[in-house]
Amino acid sequence: MATAPEEAPDLTATVGAAQAEVPPELIAQTFGEYARAYVVRIRNGQSGVLPVVVGLIAIMVVFEVISPNHVFLSAGNLVNLFQQSAVFMVLAMAEMFALLLGEIDLSVGFVGASGAVVAVQLVQPATTHWPWWAAILAALAFCAAVGALQGTIITRLGIPSFVVTLAGFLIFNGVMLILLLLGPFSGYPNLIGADSNLKVLFNLMAGTIDPTVSWIAMAVIVMGLGASIWFGDRRRRKSGLVAPPVTLTVIKIAMIAAAGIVVVAICDLNRANFGTLEGVPWVVPIVLGVLGAWTILLERTKYGRYVYAIGGNPEAARRAGIDVAMVRTIAFALCSMTAGIGMVLYASYIGGMSNNVQGGQLVLFAVAAAVIGGTSLFGGRGKAIHGVLGGLVIGGIYNGMYLQGLDVEKIFIVTGLVLLAAVTIDALSRRAASSGSAART
Amino acid sequence: MAAASLSATEPLLKVRGIEKHFGAVQALYAVDLDLPAGQVTALCGDNGAGKSVLTKCVSGVYQPDHGEIFWEGHPVRIHSTRDASRLGIETVYQDLALCDNLDIVQNMFLGRERLRGGLLDEDDMERAAAKTLASLRVTTVRSIRQPVASLSGGQRQSVAVAKAVMWNSKLVIMDEPTAALGVNQTRQVLDLVRRLRDRGLGVMVISHNLNDIFEVADRIAVLYLGRMVVQDKATSFDRQSVVEYMTNGSLSRNVANAKN
Repeated sequence: MATAPEEAPDLTATVGAAQAEVPPELIAQTFGEYARAYVVRIRNGQSGVLPVVVGLIAIMVVFEVISPNHVFLSAGNLVNLFQQSAVFMVLAMAEMFALLLGEIDLSVGFVGASGAVVAVQLVQPATTHWPWWAAILAALAFCAAVGALQGTIITRLGIPSFVVTLAGFLIFNGVMLILLLLGPFSGYPNLIGADSNLKVLFNLMAGTIDPTVSWIAMAVIVMGLGASIWFGDRRRRKSGLVAPPVTLTVIKIAMIAAAGIVVVAICDLNRANFGTLEGVPWVVPIVLGVLGAWTILLERTKYGRYVYAIGGNPEAARRAGIDVAMVRTIAFALCSMTAGIGMVLYASYIGGMSNNVQGGQLVLFAVAAAVIGGTSLFGGRGKAIHGVLGGLVIGGIYNGMYLQGLDVEKIFIVTGLVLLAAVTIDALSRRAASSGSAART
Repeated sequence: MAAASLSATEPLLKVRGIEKHFGAVQALYAVDLDLPAGQVTALCGDNGAGKSVLTKCVSGVYQPDHGEIFWEGHPVRIHSTRDASRLGIETVYQDLALCDNLDIVQNMFLGRERLRGGLLDEDDMERAAAKTLASLRVTTVRSIRQPVASLSGGQRQSVAVAKAVMWNSKLVIMDEPTAALGVNQTRQVLDLVRRLRDRGLGVMVISHNLNDIFEVADRIAVLYLGRMVVQDKATSFDRQSVVEYMTNGSLSRNVANAKN
């Protein structure tokens, strides 16, 4: 684009203010410029995932130093930590769909739990004896239908999501208890047994992939991701579109490869006190699969674009011809369905389902994880990866304090303080952004 | 292309005898309006004169009770904003209808995204958006991938206009485009309005600001209490006469004399 000389004064007038909020990757041509622009951006509160990554590193360092015998960063504990965090991560990715619209879904815990009970009941060899995949599909379909119903009430009748899903929270707490009582299991259907379908569900969380297969699968995934990033960026650079400098592309790919190697290396260490326990647990590819699917849906499809648009300005979305009610209803269905995935993992972790499910607490942790990860409570800003990072933070706090032998009340207090810090960062960065643009209009 | 087939005098959009009432309140009385291609028409009028009702009848938000609308010489019925878009009529509302959290490209293509293999074709959309912005000489944005929240008021207006003209529109209606802008940014937007005209588009600007009107308008139309009291070439008005039409609906004697 040629710069018109007569417009030059206006350019200089806005440049100082705009610099702060323009993501550095858009204007920097070299890695040095990128790094400097990034620092400016962080100073202005536009830090993306940086706070949560720094927080995660801090949690790791602190707990590694203070944990007895420094077991926090041992292979066994890290794998355990991921398994403990997995439910939070998936529930946070579920809640993301509501939060992006500026809504909230309080029912994810008990709707997901009801779905998990459906799955656990259906595979029982003593009663229905469904194959594991059919049971899981039925559970997810159940959750999606519940979400679609709640979404329809919210969008078509215009009732606030807070109230509708609060009702859903109570209703499905009851539904879960009724479903638990079905069959000859005295309210505690479990996944322990020799039946192959029971084993598959039980092994979602604890079962491991053969170390060699883990390495090969990791290599394939890293190479696939790396190639798509490399060729995508190169194509954009060649056709003169907005693209990051080559150095940054290389660094991104290197970090993905390093993360893959570290995860698989840790998981492939023998982490058993007696005998052999090695290999990547199935829960890792499951969580990554959910992350990948929802990242593509939100960032690369029309539907995802509409979710962000409605979260940013529903009236603009409506005038652009978007079927706002339909997009929102589907979002609530996807939210509940993802919650179903999370709670099936929960069932696998517990080894069955019981009336001990803390559905309310799980919802609050899901919202907390998403917000700690960097998702805004006010709609329009957030990514699936935020749920994973925030879930790791909450899981890390839980795990580390548990290793210290601290009581649950102290864990609650610390988790609450971390959430408060995350929400404060969100609100402050929003205020900085809005006062910045107000000063320029 | 279509414009070439019209006779030189046939306006792009012709409104004849439009009436609109809301319950007992008559908002428009037999209003005529011509919007020629390649000209900027300023629609003026005091608060409550019926400017927005007339605009909404043209852009498909309201259906007129009586009267006819001719588009390129043919009678048309505009039942929805979608109908208006199909004809080539785009309206830039005062609130601009942009999503702050989306970037410029994403806003310009909102609701009309281009796909490749089921996924968004970001490269293609970015190229097309850059081309449109360059053709309108909107050059002050640092990057077309920056979120709209980081733009100044004038830049936001420019993006909203670019979004409107991107779709081969032939008539752009702008509601108070400079109302919230400073001096520099007002000039930026008025330049943009001239560029639209130079591209052969019909432009209707709704404005209170006489400075702006006399700076860009080729034609001026004045509504007074729901009636079109005058529409003519801008050169046949001066500031005082426009104010007189807006406040009295007619010229008082001494203004008429002063003109002679």
